[in-house]
Amino acid sequence: MDDPKSRLLKPLASVDGQPAFDEPWQAEVLAIADTLVQNGLFSASAWSDALGEALKQSQSSGASDNQETYYQCVLNALEGLVASHSDIDQQAMTGKRKDWEQAYLSTPHGQPVNLKTEQQA
Amino acid sequence: MATDTKSTPDFDASKVAEIHQHLHSHLPSESALRVKALETLLVDKGLVNPKTIDAWIEAYTEEIGPKRGAMVVAKAWCDPEYKARLMRDAPAAIDELGFLGKATAHLKVVENTDEVHNLVVCTLCSCYPFSILGIAPPWYKAAAYRSRAVRDPRGVLSEFGIDLDVDIEVHVWDSTAELRYLVLPQRPAGTEDMSEEELAGLVSRNSMIGTDRDLGENIEDDG
Repeated sequence: MDDPKSRLLKPLASVDGQPAFDEPWQAEVLAIADTLVQNGLFSASAWSDALGEALKQSQSSGASDNQETYYQCVLNALEGLVASHSDIDQQAMTGKRKDWEQAYLSTPHGQPVNLKTEQQA
Repeated sequence: MATDTKSTPDFDASKVAEIHQHLHSHLPSESALRVKALETLLVDKGLVNPKTIDAWIEAYTEEIGPKRGAMVVAKAWCDPEYKARLMRDAPAAIDELGFLGKATAHLKVVENTDEVHNLVVCTLCSCYPFSILGIAPPWYKAAAYRSRAVRDPRGVLSEFGIDLDVDIEVHVWDSTAELRYLVLPQRPAGTEDMSEEELAGLVSRNSMIGTDRDLGENIEDDG
């Protein structure tokens, strides 16, 4: 009696039992978001609204309905809220992201990757 | 353009490409780099403490999980007065067990009965009582669940193996940042002699969200 449409949507229960995080950055981004709510940088409602909006946008853009997409929405929402609630702007985020990339590329494999401080910025 | 010169063998070019690729293979993903950037900036501004972030991750990956919710449920099954307090003021009752967190500061407990089955969702994002259930499972965060739990709750329940009788009402609760929900599942028959701890072992995470119902299936048959 299964109609093909409902079978297409079946993966819901099939992901039951899978871990809540696939990669460390997913735990990190959620930890940062929750900590910023607790620290009062923005409210729980502002967080929920921003995440809801990011999820809605991602869904309408046709992104896959999976955990990777979800945490990317968490990251997008968080970057947006940080930009609007602190003096850290998108440019600073992009710049720091490039610094980290450079740090990884210039650190020999096996050694701890550290960001060069101030003089590079 | 020279295309075939033995003096400039393409060995070097391919070696360079190989080294380049090798380096890139150690590069974290784009998302991971963005998170690192964000954390560095927030730490530099004094807006987060890296130790707090590490402690959060450790707590939620190792310590805080649905066991806490299961203990609340088992206590409510064994102690009618506790259950009354839980139904009346869930945060205060959860605080009695020391599990109160910010995500459970506003929580309502909804009870399953022979006539009613409760299902919890957050249609907007993924609001969830994570200080007593841990991090929400992947399906809870999926767009498919968030939309279908309201539109077709029986269909969703059926996917999780629950085929409800038509005369059982389904109540769907939409969580928000201000109000989250916990389902109090029914105590299975034949568990009168079980201790609170044993009972907690029967309570699945999904039963406290509503995608599991008959916990009698979890009783091990020592028979």
